[in-house]
Amino acid sequence: MKRRSLMKAAALMAAMGIAAPAVAQEAEKKIIGVSIPSATHGFMGGLNWHAQDTIKRLGAAYPNLEFVLSTAGDPAKQVNDIEDMMATRNIDALVVLPFESEPLTAPVKAVKDAGKFVTVVDRGLSQEGIEDLYVAGDNTAFGRVAGEYFKENLEPGAKVVVLRGIPTTLDNERVDAFRAALEGSEVEILDMQHGNWNRDDAFAVMQDYLAKYPQIDAVWAADDDMAIGVLEAISAANRQDEMWVIGGAGMKEIVKRIMDGDKQLPVNVTYPPALISSAIEMTALNFVSNAPMTGRFIISSQLITPENAEQFYYPDSPF
Amino acid sequence: MKLDLHTLGPLVALVALVILGAALNSAFLAPANITNVLARSAFIGLIAVGMTFVITAGGLDLSVGSMAAFLAGIAIIAMNAALPTTGLNWGTILVGMGVAVLGGIAAGYLNGALVTKARIEPFIVTLGTMGIFRSLVTWLADGGTLSLDYGLRTLYRPVYYSGIGWITWPIIVFAIVAILGEWTMRHSRFGRHVEAIGSNDRVARYSAIDVNRMRLLTYVLLGVLVGLAVVLYVPRLGSASGSTGVLWELEAIAAVIIGGTALKGGRGRVWGTVVGVLILSLIDNILNLADLVSPYLNGAIQGVIIVLAVVLQREKRTAEER
Repeated sequence: MKRRSLMKAAALMAAMGIAAPAVAQEAEKKIIGVSIPSATHGFMGGLNWHAQDTIKRLGAAYPNLEFVLSTAGDPAKQVNDIEDMMATRNIDALVVLPFESEPLTAPVKAVKDAGKFVTVVDRGLSQEGIEDLYVAGDNTAFGRVAGEYFKENLEPGAKVVVLRGIPTTLDNERVDAFRAALEGSEVEILDMQHGNWNRDDAFAVMQDYLAKYPQIDAVWAADDDMAIGVLEAISAANRQDEMWVIGGAGMKEIVKRIMDGDKQLPVNVTYPPALISSAIEMTALNFVSNAPMTGRFIISSQLITPENAEQFYYPDSPF
Repeated sequence: MKLDLHTLGPLVALVALVILGAALNSAFLAPANITNVLARSAFIGLIAVGMTFVITAGGLDLSVGSMAAFLAGIAIIAMNAALPTTGLNWGTILVGMGVAVLGGIAAGYLNGALVTKARIEPFIVTLGTMGIFRSLVTWLADGGTLSLDYGLRTLYRPVYYSGIGWITWPIIVFAIVAILGEWTMRHSRFGRHVEAIGSNDRVARYSAIDVNRMRLLTYVLLGVLVGLAVVLYVPRLGSASGSTGVLWELEAIAAVIIGGTALKGGRGRVWGTVVGVLILSLIDNILNLADLVSPYLNGAIQGVIIVLAVVLQREKRTAEER
């Protein structure tokens, strides 16, 4: 993945050099480093695609901007990537989606201390006030929006099962908000197990839920990859008519089924992987415009319904 | 009698788990749950049977999980590509199955050749190919998910979900492979050679056994079985991605060791491996069914049971040696 991205970036730089020699003279050349986790699951795959797409577009629009993209499979590799960007590419800005908060805090702080513009995406650092710009999805809203839908659309006494992601603070925030939204309703949460945002794991967990509970009225799969595994387990048990499933993040296959009015998938909650595009765009604007670009930018989680699904459908994205 | 007790160790653990499961939840022994658990075990099971031969011959293969993901990816691509020419029929699916199994042979041969011909440590070779296969499938999927054409999926689906009554095809295939594997290890010349190589490859060489060829064959056999696992895996969800088959290699190796095969080679026990696979899937299943502990601790419970299963065997073995 990394080599391919680098090759693309290299090709891009070559193209830029040829395409816009005249304009490039006017402004000083600025280099923006982008460091993100590699495409290990659907959501990150989408995020990688949007990052590459945005870099390609911005590179063409602003010839004086140059981008360096690196993807890392673990926090240690990401720290190395950032150090390399500082040492060998002399970046002017860093857009980073930290793999984990703790190990990345000190290296990103070092970038900031060197006087660079720092944009942190989605996962906050463990020390406040390092970044110039913070762009993130709203995990609390992600859980709350789903929880509110369950509360409004289930009868009192209805029974719900939940699939959780990989144990992280992000997952905890979502689940706590979901629980809080259901408070005061008569909806009962039967069980919460970890499906690790993985289709196969979610399939196995759902099969076991189905074996264990004779009555399930709805499933909060909390992620569209997990929703796919869940739907397959439900149809293998022939219980499609008994329950509906709410995933999350807006995978194109799922959004398509909502558009088509699938009874099993009434709605979805967004957590757009394109948030990386917002972060890269805003960082770029910091260098090419006078618009102030510091602060916190929180992208809200919206409910995708059959009526509005079309505007969330990206057929070209891998996610 | 003494020998029986120690070889039966894993079986005793399995029976204990079944009793525990039945006591905790009445749904545990329902045919639907038994079908689920056995069918889910089939992927790791097929791979673990192959792994038993590799480990018995003194080798190791860390690449099987990534290999499964890669083979699933190329099988799906092949079927989608063949669809316009061959049409929506079993022929197209046979193409996919062929790609998975032939790909498995090629991948297994690659591992085996690097170990025997280039003389690199199996740990290093397969650590390398593990990364290669994993990256390749992520690259092929462009970081996303490779999905099988919807029509083909519907046609292919029964291979995972149906069978003879509640005994689904994955269970049948797993049972046949397990029986053949046990027979091969016990009664065939190949099996005896594999054990001889694993206990002392120099002596095996002096006894006119073609050590390199036999070692290579164990990796190819494992590759074929990974391919077969993929043939059964693809119809389940109809997709493959970079997160397919993550850590399958460790589950397969753990199952082999729980079953009483020595990690240093020399003594293979295929039926033990089958028991090991079932133990691992049952732990997962029981933890999901029973709410015994916080889900955060599931991994810890699995770890304790794996270590305990091996410790029990070790103690009996040292007692016997005395």
